[in-house]
Amino acid sequence: MKKIKEKGFEILIYITTILTISSLLIFLVPIFKNGYRGILPDFLFTFPKNGMTEGGIFPAIVGTFYLTILSTIFSFPVGVITAVYLAEYGKPKFLVDLLKTSITTLSGIPSIIFGLFGLSFFVIKFSLEVSLLSGSLTLAILSLPIIIKSVEESLKSVPITFKEAAYSLGCSKFETIYKISIPVAFPNILTSLILSVGRIAGETAPIMFTAATLYSRKLPKSLSSEVMAIPYHIYGLVTEGVSPEKQVPIAYKSAFVLLLLVLILNLSAILIRQRLRRQRKW
Amino acid sequence: MEKRKIRDGFATFLIHSISLISLVILALIVYDIFSKGYIAFKEVGFTNFIFGRKYYPTMDPPSFGIFNFIVSSIFVTLGSILVGLPLGVGSAIFLSEYANLKTKEILKPFIEILSSIPSVIFGFIGIVFIGPFIRRFFNIPTGLNLFTASFILGIVIIPIISSLTEDALSTVPSTLKEASYALGGTKFDTITRVVIPYTKGALISALLLGIGRSIGETMIVLMVAGGAMNFPNSIFSPVRPLTSTIAAEMGETAVGTTHFYVLYGIALVLLFLTLILTLISNRFIKNLKRE
Repeated sequence: MKKIKEKGFEILIYITTILTISSLLIFLVPIFKNGYRGILPDFLFTFPKNGMTEGGIFPAIVGTFYLTILSTIFSFPVGVITAVYLAEYGKPKFLVDLLKTSITTLSGIPSIIFGLFGLSFFVIKFSLEVSLLSGSLTLAILSLPIIIKSVEESLKSVPITFKEAAYSLGCSKFETIYKISIPVAFPNILTSLILSVGRIAGETAPIMFTAATLYSRKLPKSLSSEVMAIPYHIYGLVTEGVSPEKQVPIAYKSAFVLLLLVLILNLSAILIRQRLRRQRKW
Repeated sequence: MEKRKIRDGFATFLIHSISLISLVILALIVYDIFSKGYIAFKEVGFTNFIFGRKYYPTMDPPSFGIFNFIVSSIFVTLGSILVGLPLGVGSAIFLSEYANLKTKEILKPFIEILSSIPSVIFGFIGIVFIGPFIRRFFNIPTGLNLFTASFILGIVIIPIISSLTEDALSTVPSTLKEASYALGGTKFDTITRVVIPYTKGALISALLLGIGRSIGETMIVLMVAGGAMNFPNSIFSPVRPLTSTIAAEMGETAVGTTHFYVLYGIALVLLFLTLILTLISNRFIKNLKRE
């Protein structure tokens, strides 16, 4: 009896793991199977034609690129500095606790609420309109807690002996941070950057009302232009329009491009981290 | 020397003040959603808003009862937990108690990749692949419904639950496990009587974070839940959770109308729910760290 229970439990655990892995495949396989044809170079580098029924996704790729880069420019410096404060200064305690709680809280807020906030704050209050700038700022806010948390972890993994050595040589706190802590943690910080880019590139809800447009035949000219974005384009292709038989194949290709982008970013982050773990001598 | 001191002092000051930006942002978000959402509560009335069954924003006079959306959100979330909790906890137990190092190094990236897939991709496959499959399989009028949404959301929260559970399992001191084995406990006994009770707090917090993610997920439910505003009376009813109501209607709403504020009111309900979930789960994680 005991043995049956034992074996049964083990089998159950194996089954859950197999189901978990196969659930990933349910999503990956159809996209890889249906999405890769005709990607290069036409699809990537041509404009959409005839509504959304023909052509490529060049403006969406450019739009996602701009949104990702801009929001990272806004959020990354703030994120790193906040992480430095939390990991290296950590005083006064009540402020650190308050800050930590608000960062955790921010990271739990649904992305659609960031979208609404972006709409009322950037689009309406600051009259930035539905634009690249409003969207990037909204995405920056969304990614801030993620960046802070992972950079903080990176900084905390720097051995305290390194810092003590710097102090004993007469370095000030600030010098220790920018000459020791940040350089030592740099590969990890880079990983955080890559992961946050991957996360931002795939977000849809925050840009729906702040930046994105479904169909554009032009590239964004300035910060105040509306932009196309790959994730929003996928959403539009399967929910709007009149000819699904033409739009679904385009959506498959767009999903393939987005998935590939996100997977490459994540795999490179995983590889950097694994390599680091092997090289590390402390 | 003097110059160095000034520079350091300035840098320290800058670091302190920039760090406060997150705090300010959170305050602004809460204030913004609260002040606009409050208008909805005031104009519609608390009871009519939360418990009203009728939602006709464009009729004259309009009605704005969001009860069906709240119920839909709760049902979809519960359904996702039924899928995500066993798979997440099961795979975490496998990774930390059964798998050898090599298997672990191969499997863990898989789960990490699952967590990095954008939600619009889940929604897309839900519409073109899983939805049609479920419609044929159960022979029902539409494959985009409560069941499909719960199923996909369940998969989405697996990595959250799995990684938090695994972290927690790894904190169990090996001496405790060894003691259990020494007393003749089997692996099953050790996991169910030592490991799981020891990590109970973390498991609850993983569950709460999973719930928070499910309740707040927008694109997936917008795309695959079906969008019907009725009260869900079967697991195959098309439904419309809180998040997809906001996403579906905000684009067509004129700024400053009651309808506009009602969408912020819905966001306020969501914000309230997720804040509570995060704060409680944070408490559990903190307790764990202290132990």
